[in-house]
Parts: sequence; structure tokens; C-alpha cells
Amino acid sequence: MDHIDIKDLLWMYRAMKKSRYFEERIEKAYLEGKQPIFNIGAGAIPGEMHLSNGQEPSAAGIIVHLTNNDTVTATHRPHHEAIAKGVDLKKMAAEIYGKKTGLSKGKGGHMHLFDPNVKFSCGGIVGAGIPHAVGAALANKKKETTDIAVAFIGEGAANSGAFHESLNLAALWNLPFILVVEDNSWGISVAQKASTSIPSNDLRASSYGIKGYLVNDNDPIEMYKVSKEAVARARKGKGPSIIEIKTYRFLGHFQGDPELYRNKEEVPSLRAKDPINRLKEYLLKEDLSTTEEIKTLENEIYTEVDSAFEFAIQSEYPKPEEALEDVFY
Amino acid sequence: METTKDKIKKLTGSKAMIQALDQEMDRDDSIFVMGEDVGKYGGIFGSTTGLFDKYGGERIMDTPISETGFIGAAVGAAAEGLRPIVELMFVDFHGVVMDQIYNHIAKIPYMSGGNVKLPIVLLTAVGGGYSDAAQHSQTLYASFGHLPGLKVVAPTFPNDIKGMLIAAIRDDNPVIFMFHKTLQGLGWMDQIDASLGPVPEETYTIPLNKANVVKTGKDVTIVGVQMMTVKALEAAKELTDLGIDAEVIDLRSIKPIDKETILKSVEKTGRLVVVDEDYYSYGITAEISAIVASEGFHHLKAPVVRIATPDVPIPYSRVMEKFVIPDVKDIVDTVKNMLIV
Ligand SMILES: Cc1ncc(C[n+]2csc(CCOP(=O)(O)OP(=O)(O)O)c2C)c(N)n1
Repeated sequence: MDHIDIKDLLWMYRAMKKSRYFEERIEKAYLEGKQPIFNIGAGAIPGEMHLSNGQEPSAAGIIVHLTNNDTVTATHRPHHEAIAKGVDLKKMAAEIYGKKTGLSKGKGGHMHLFDPNVKFSCGGIVGAGIPHAVGAALANKKKETTDIAVAFIGEGAANSGAFHESLNLAALWNLPFILVVEDNSWGISVAQKASTSIPSNDLRASSYGIKGYLVNDNDPIEMYKVSKEAVARARKGKGPSIIEIKTYRFLGHFQGDPELYRNKEEVPSLRAKDPINRLKEYLLKEDLSTTEEIKTLENEIYTEVDSAFEFAIQSEYPKPEEALEDVFY
Repeated sequence: METTKDKIKKLTGSKAMIQALDQEMDRDDSIFVMGEDVGKYGGIFGSTTGLFDKYGGERIMDTPISETGFIGAAVGAAAEGLRPIVELMFVDFHGVVMDQIYNHIAKIPYMSGGNVKLPIVLLTAVGGGYSDAAQHSQTLYASFGHLPGLKVVAPTFPNDIKGMLIAAIRDDNPVIFMFHKTLQGLGWMDQIDASLGPVPEETYTIPLNKANVVKTGKDVTIVGVQMMTVKALEAAKELTDLGIDAEVIDLRSIKPIDKETILKSVEKTGRLVVVDEDYYSYGITAEISAIVASEGFHHLKAPVVRIATPDVPIPYSRVMEKFVIPDVKDIVDTVKNMLIV
């Protein structure tokens, strides 16, 4: 199980870097029209904005093992998973800009991204995506495919009823289902320790009789290895798993979060361990890649992301009365 | 001696809430607050700012994201004689805990033949208009108003926010207290004049079953709630320039609803427009129209007009959201249609 495929690591690096660069552009664009006075409803990208900078290994480390036919459900902080899953980047950017060319014609927004072509969805209600993925796993099993379903949640969602009900179902029915818990230490302002009676959610696996894995310190390689095993088990009908990864939240809960609840030293110390840099160093140190190869890959990413933003910015807004469409078919 | 006037300060909606909670917690040790991010953060919409420092984590309790757990726990704690105030950030999130609310909080007092009292206050933020999309922008006034056994209040102005919150806390029945995000006077949202207003420093209550005539007029009655009251007042101002004298009623209380104030106004004006940020079907506009149709029909000189968010989830994109949420122009045009032939 410990075999590492170089191509996989490069794929992960690409997914992580793409997500980071995409979000760095969002971070800037989000502030347009919100300065000098921050107004959440103003600017080119209004509304809440939850960024995943720092959490990229959680997404890339498992999605590298998935195909287009595997299902992913994500949360209010969905970009890293959406990008790794291969959601149409142009349409995703356009959706975030509220444009007619967006994934949902501007009706969804950044918390509600749906791309059925790659079986990706997410939503703004904490915990709600878990049973959706369980249902997709149920369908996979009924259809006798080897496809699996993965739900991503933050550690805060692990205390919701949906978490426990869904895991029991997945275990009871022995479904090809994996729950990834991204413990970024915070549920908005509430620390993991203040919300959860145990140190990590892989421990909860034993109460459903399923496999539990823990990945420490946001380690992309470890996430890759552990996920490889969990995905293989799920595909073989060996049942569900929980993977908890201790990850980093570089930014506020949402953009504009004053973050008065967290120690000023926390973020710099996390940024010093940036998982993208760590993966790059690993690739170079182990002679799995070269500086030139990485440079080329990065330039491709910048071009792709920049053109997605260009597409979003140039696209038209929907007509106001289009609001009335799509309620029923 | 200080006069009462000296003790009136201008406060935002959020500051008025905090003052009400503070004064009541100070008075009564059985009151405690629990909810997500109510502690150090002070409430995402500023409803508890500073109270954690004053009362500590025993009385201002941050909870995990376990809504069925902590809102259900309010039932047990209230039955034991405590007075829990429970915040759930956005009204949209109540989907995960509706069983505790509509089958338990709202029914236990009745099912127990009045033998179990549940003095619970549920606090929650409502409203859209800032592109937070379908799961974070609803008001759901009517969804709660539909349930027997739950009082539902939605004050607009800081003075009412304070007085009605104190009344809700002192009420022995369960009350859901809805505050509108845009009326909290938060630095990071739209700044509107209505979110700041005079609030007496002393403790006082405002009844939970009385609407308020916020502008008198003789030509047409416009009933609104929260932001729709604010918009109705702006519309009334524009209508004055057209020679139309509108009366504006701020509903304040959704359940119980104050029929008398509405019927009395329609008796005078003969025309009724109801404006609601909630969805159109089965909503406040329908309820009030039905009340007036059955009990004030003979006063009507024109058909009642309902203005509400159409039956679609709130779209993200600004142009579409603006289209669905009623605005000043919708009200002005409606009234013009009614009165100017
Ligand atoms: C049912 C529900 N309750 C509360 C919220 C408000 N809320 C949004 S995100 C969040 C914190 C989530 O923490 P976590 O699951 O750890 O994810 P993270 O934000 O850290 O990625 C809360 C409380 C919500 N969206 N849905």
C-alpha cells in the first residue's frame, strides 16, 4: 500500500497549487468594491466567502484516487475539493461572480456549486452533505459498480446529528463511502477542544465498526497513502472509513472575520509549514521532479486560472427575471 | 435630578439587544445564553458582544454545532426552572432542529395541559439583500407563525428590539425572537438609518402582541415587517410628493398577530397593501389579506395587494436577488396603481 506513484504526487501538486492560486485571486477580487469600508454585500463578489487556503492536502490527497464517476460532497468551504474533482473552472469562477455562464447560472454562488458532470456538490448547511454522499454510495452499491462516494466536512460538523446517523447507515449497509474530516482547529470561533469530547474523529469509527485513519500535521503524502487504502477498501466492498486530517486554516472563517478569538502567532506558524511548499520540497529532494518541471506546471496553472477569471469577468449577468426560472422543470 | 430624556441614548439594533440581555441577566440568575459563537465572538450578528466578558462561560455558553442537542436541551433546562436563551445564527439553519421546535417547544406546554412551562427564547437572524444566497437569506416568518404554541416576534427599530426582547425573556411561553441582519447596525453590512435609534436606558417592556402605526395617513394602509417596514416608510415619503397620504404599520409581532390595529387602519383608509420579505404563498401577506377580507371587507375600496418574495429560493446573483426581494419602487408603483387611475 505504501507505493507512491510519482504521477500522483505531481497531480496533487497541480491540484493544490491551482486551488491556492484560484483562491488568492478570489481573495483579491472579493475586496474589490469593499474598500475602504468593508460591506459584505458590495463589490464584484458579494456575500460570504469561505476560503480553504492551507487545507489543500485534505482534498488532493484523496481525490487523486478518485475518478469522474466517484461522488464528492463538500461544504461551505468547497473550492479545494471542487478544483481537485475537476469541476469546470471557468463555470465555477463565473458562478462565484454571479454570472449567467456560471455552473448554476448565478443562482448558487460560492457555497452552492453543482457540477453533475464530475459528480460534485456542496452546500451551506453544516453536516448536510454527509447523507447525500451516503445516498450516492447506496446507489453505487445497488447498481453494482465499483464507484465510491466521499463526503468532506469540517471537524465542527462531526458533532451534528447528520454525522452520526449517516455513519451508522453507511456502516450498517456496508457502503462504499468515505468521510473526510478536515480538522482545521476551528468551527468559526469555537476551538476543536471546546466543541468535541474526543481529540480526533477517527476514534469515532470504532463506534460504527468501521475503519478510522488519522493524518497528522496536514501531511499531503500521508493523506495520499491513507486515502489510497481507504479508497481501495471501499471499491472492494470492504466498507466505509473515516479519515481525519489535522489541517490548517490560514485565513478567517470567512473573509472579513476579525479573528479576535485566535492567537496572533497561530497563522504565521502554520504558514511556515505550508503544505504546498512541503510537497514541492519533497518532490525536489526525492528527485521526483525538477525545478523546471514545476515551473512549467505552475505557469500552466496560472494561465488556466487567469483565463477562468477572464471568462467570469467578461461574462454577462443573468437577466433579473431569470430568477423565476428553474424552480420546477 | 436627571430627566428621562437624559437617559435615552441612540443605539444600534445590536446594542439594543445586548442591553436587554445584559439587564435581564443581571436581574435574574436563572437566565443563561447558549449558541454557536455567542461567547468570545459575541454572536455573528453582534447579539451578545461583551456579555462573555461580563458573565463568563457558565452563562454565555458556546455550543458545538449540535442544534438538536442544545435546542432540545433548552426544553429540559426550562422545565427545570431555568430560562434559557438559545441563539441559532441564521433562521435558515432551523431545518436541522425543527422537530424540537414544532413538536416539542411549541407543543409541550399544551400537551401537558399547561402543567409544563417552557420559558425559552430562541434568537435568530433573518433576511437577505447581501447575496448570501438560498440557504442564508430567508426570513421564514410564516413558517414559524404557522405553528400553534410559539410566539413569533420580529421587531424593526432599536427601541422595540430592546423592549420586545425583555418582554420575550420574561414571558413564560416559548418565543422566537427574529432580528434582521440589516437592522443590527453592523459595521460590515449596509448602513441604514433605521438601524440606529433612541433607546431608553432603563428596563422596559413592549408587548408581544401589538403592531405599531409608525406613520399615520388616510389614503392607504401599508403593513410591513422589519426591512419591509423600513421600505414602506421610504415609499410613504415618496408617495407624499405625489399627494398620497399612506399609513404605515410595523407588524412587530407575527404571532399573535394584532388584527385590531390593522382593521382599524383599513377602516380609515379603505385600501391595504401588505409587504413581506418572506415567500408569497401561505405567508404574512396571505394571512393579513384573509383577516381583512373576512373581518373588514366592507371597508375596502379596492382589492388588497400582496407584495412578497415570489415562490423561488433566494438567488445568489445580485441582479436576481434584487428582483425577487420587494423594494421601495414596488411599493410606490403598487400604491400609485391603486390610487391614480
Ligand atoms: C446547521 C448549521 N449550523 C450552523 C451553521 C453556521 N456555520 C457555518 S460554518 C460553521 C462552522 C463550521 O465548522 P467546521 O465544520 O469545522 O468547518 P470549517 O468552517 O472549519 O471549515 C458554522 C457554525 C450552518 N451553516 N449550518
